[in-house]
Amino acid sequence: MARHPRSDALNPPELTIPQKLRQLNWGLVLLISMIAAVGFAMLYSAANGNWSPWAERQMVRYAVGLALAIAIALIDLRWLMKWSYAAYGVVLVMLAAVEVAGEIGMGAQRWIDFRVFQLQPSELMKIALVLALARYFHGLTHEDVGRPHFLLIPLAMIAAPVILVLRQPDLGTAGMILLGGGAIFFLAGVRTWKFLTLIILGIASVPIAWQFLREYQKKRIMTFFNPENDPLGSGYHILQSKIALGSGGMFGKGFMQGSQSHLNFLPEKQTDFIFTMLAEEFGLIGGLGLIGLFVLITFYGVAIGLRAQCQFARLLALGVTTTLFLYVFINIAMVMGLIPVVGVPLPLISYGGTAMLTAMAAVGLMMCAYIHRDLRINRQGQVDD
Amino acid sequence: MRRTSDQETQRIFTRRALLLGGAKLGLFGALAGRLYYLQVIDSARYRTLSEDNQFNLELLPPIRGRIFDRNGMPLADNRDNFRIEIVAEQTSDVARTLSTLREIIDIEDWDFKRVLGEVKRKRGFVPITVVENLSRREISRVAINAPYLPGIRIEVGRSRHYPHGASAVHLTGYVAAVSESELTGDPVLELPDFRIGKQGIEKTYDLEMRGSSGQRQVEVNALGRIIRKLPGNEGQPGQDISLTVDVRLQEFTAARLAQGKSEVVPKDDPRAVQALAALKSAPPAGPTVNLDELGAIAPPESGAAVVMDIHRGDILALASTPGYDPNLFNKGLSPGDWERLLSNPRSPMTNKSVTGQYSPGSTFKMLVCLAALEADVATADTKVFCPGHVELGTARFHCWKKHGHGMLDMVGALEQSCDIYLYEMAKRVGIDRIADMAVRFGLGEKLGLELPNESRGLMPTREWKQATRGEAWQTGETLITGIGQGFVLCTPLQMATMTARLVNGGIAVKPRLVRDPAAPAPGFDPVKVSPRHLRMVIEGMEKVVNGKRGTARAVPRESDPFRFGGKSGSVQVKRITKAERLAGKVKNEDRPWRDRDHAMFVAYAPLEAPRYAVSVVVEHGGSGSAMAAPIARDVLAETLRLDPSRIASTAISSKDDS
Repeated sequence: MARHPRSDALNPPELTIPQKLRQLNWGLVLLISMIAAVGFAMLYSAANGNWSPWAERQMVRYAVGLALAIAIALIDLRWLMKWSYAAYGVVLVMLAAVEVAGEIGMGAQRWIDFRVFQLQPSELMKIALVLALARYFHGLTHEDVGRPHFLLIPLAMIAAPVILVLRQPDLGTAGMILLGGGAIFFLAGVRTWKFLTLIILGIASVPIAWQFLREYQKKRIMTFFNPENDPLGSGYHILQSKIALGSGGMFGKGFMQGSQSHLNFLPEKQTDFIFTMLAEEFGLIGGLGLIGLFVLITFYGVAIGLRAQCQFARLLALGVTTTLFLYVFINIAMVMGLIPVVGVPLPLISYGGTAMLTAMAAVGLMMCAYIHRDLRINRQGQVDD
Repeated sequence: MRRTSDQETQRIFTRRALLLGGAKLGLFGALAGRLYYLQVIDSARYRTLSEDNQFNLELLPPIRGRIFDRNGMPLADNRDNFRIEIVAEQTSDVARTLSTLREIIDIEDWDFKRVLGEVKRKRGFVPITVVENLSRREISRVAINAPYLPGIRIEVGRSRHYPHGASAVHLTGYVAAVSESELTGDPVLELPDFRIGKQGIEKTYDLEMRGSSGQRQVEVNALGRIIRKLPGNEGQPGQDISLTVDVRLQEFTAARLAQGKSEVVPKDDPRAVQALAALKSAPPAGPTVNLDELGAIAPPESGAAVVMDIHRGDILALASTPGYDPNLFNKGLSPGDWERLLSNPRSPMTNKSVTGQYSPGSTFKMLVCLAALEADVATADTKVFCPGHVELGTARFHCWKKHGHGMLDMVGALEQSCDIYLYEMAKRVGIDRIADMAVRFGLGEKLGLELPNESRGLMPTREWKQATRGEAWQTGETLITGIGQGFVLCTPLQMATMTARLVNGGIAVKPRLVRDPAAPAPGFDPVKVSPRHLRMVIEGMEKVVNGKRGTARAVPRESDPFRFGGKSGSVQVKRITKAERLAGKVKNEDRPWRDRDHAMFVAYAPLEAPRYAVSVVVEHGGSGSAMAAPIARDVLAETLRLDPSRIASTAISSKDDS
């Protein structure tokens, strides 16, 4: 086998903090800042032209989140790798704790109250799982991946949080964790026929899973297929959201002019339905513009992944990118009536602390993978030189 | 082999990363496509739905047309109705604001509680009415104190007002809230404060006076709160209605009719004070009270009076007593008040002048004489001897004068209202020719006055009896009909119309209540009776009042600046039994009110050149000449006194003069 010219000899020297800062992916920072700025503008509009109560707090959160992202980016990748199982374990324990000491919020137990802030462990799990799976698959050879018993542990790593989250019950997050984990399996080289088997098994289990759904979840899924049947009940949200989008037209009704949003026909306009409000006020142009920004983030993620030299960094970069993508896709598809309303926020834009934290952590990990793109780490986690 | 494996891992990763990225791009593309579909292709539909959400159509009720008398005085108009509303979300403490308001204007306890209850049930921005119908003075007191009354606002609506209240109620009728059965699908009827005509002119001309509603769009939010009102179509106000009535005469007639024989005394008179103290029910309204001969408060007489222009048919007054206050219906009548109105034996809710049906009694005698003259079965000189009664088969028919009138000619028979003479005339001419004459003079059919519930009356014939009773007509019934009793029935309006047709030269004038200056002058057909025969019966009516033996000879007064003619009638309500007749227990005053005779009088004036006809019916009022005739006299006097100041209607057509 031909050796890569740089692969053995030229593992890069250790970088200092200022060097790493210079390596920081400022283009990505600019991109997420633009997206966050769109969020501030929409929250300002949602409050009828007021910075309070949403926009100003969201700006503080963004500032904190950006600092966090940069801090994460500067962490040594090996250190991250070393602690990724631990992180996964801590988050899993927190997730289990919600079951015990969780607080009732919106009919579902999702929060841990730390007095200063409330934490939603299921959000953190989306990142922690990516870290743990990336770490696991980093330690496997191509041949190992082909052996079924090597897949049992990562399957359990996915199944544990999915079951916990389903018990909360939070269908959207469970689905996101499942899909996020599945993406890593796919990228790590799990054979295609195994995927097909899993997918067929998954479809076969739908009738069984239906039994475990709560009444309101069944209702949401039913109204998704037939929103007009129940225009003032569960279908109301979807219908009003579609009216807001459709009436926005090509160029929108203008900033702060969205009648559906401002006359409160649109539910939860500052959180889950914020994309609807944007598209009502700025039309197709505004909606496509925002989607375009998220497409660029996805490009960044793929590019960083392809550029990285070690499997952990690759899987990490594309894993968190996929998590971000799933947020965006599920949220926008939901408000446009393509999938049932599952309560997934639009990252960087919807009002809310935990979602902002998760998104910024994801961006931080993307940048970390970029900074350490040339680092080679062996399967045991040591620098390979 | 490690490297190979790593390279294989990287190769697969690269391929799958690109695949995954492509899939994401594809899914983003799907989102973009869906967005394009919603916002461009399907946009029009959603835009409509959005506007439906955003805008509600608000109906603006039209202003109801008013009712005026012939001189332009209002009988029904619209008043500003000041009300005070509270908007709960604009005050921190509803109860405290209401308490502060209570120091400024009166608020009933139950209103206070009702508002607090409504505040709990309704959304905070929905205004709740606290009090209505406030005076301008009260409103300005509230306005001055506005800074201390957060959440309080003053609104002005419109409410129907009848300045003449009960005395014109049977003309105007009243408006009230729409009932379930009256909904036609017109959305304006479903507005909470919309009123429609339920009686009188308000009912007959309801659609004309209603007008058409305006519309405007209001912007509302998802909770229904009004954000903005947009300009719209104001709608068309209702048409005003102008009546032929002179409201001054109407007021006078209603008061005079209700007074009957009682004495009018100011309320501060010692006798009135004493009588009021003894009264158990609520004292009557107004500055005066009516006292009977015993010094007690006299109830209003139950009756009807109609004043009519004999040439044009204009109704100058149309009274029915007792009345009721139509303004009460506007606010909503309490069930107790409604029950009292319905159960009152003097039936205040009925317009007796057009709905009430009475035997005409002796006022019918002119028509019987006229029928006999026209049929050539009698002349003015035909004489009949009255011994006080007459036999027909085994039945005995009495004259009202027990010992008889002696020998009488036709004018004398009318003057003294001899029953025996009329029995003879009726027997000679027959029921069919009597009925024919009566119908020609407006009896037995509707006259088409612009009021609801007009009665036909009844003019019996042989066919009628056969059809309704299945029995043949008896000659005795012809005799009874000859003195206006038996089956024959007519309304006070028909009696006035009959009188008008007798004294206007035999023109079939029709009564009318609504003036339409734009309409052509009414033309009436002649009744086609001989003027000579008409003059004979009119002479009889002249003698009733002015003759030496006339039944109403005591009625005219020296002071009256005019002379009039007329005919009295006293109609038995209860048949006098033979035993009573023998015992002499027939005095009207000794019988209970329900069993007393109806008193009636028809009259015309001036005697020399008649212009006005009057009919008066007083239910259970006893003698026509004693009870009804003085009322007719006073009403005619007032009619003539007001004559010069009255605005004339359309000119009399030449045909009328013929």
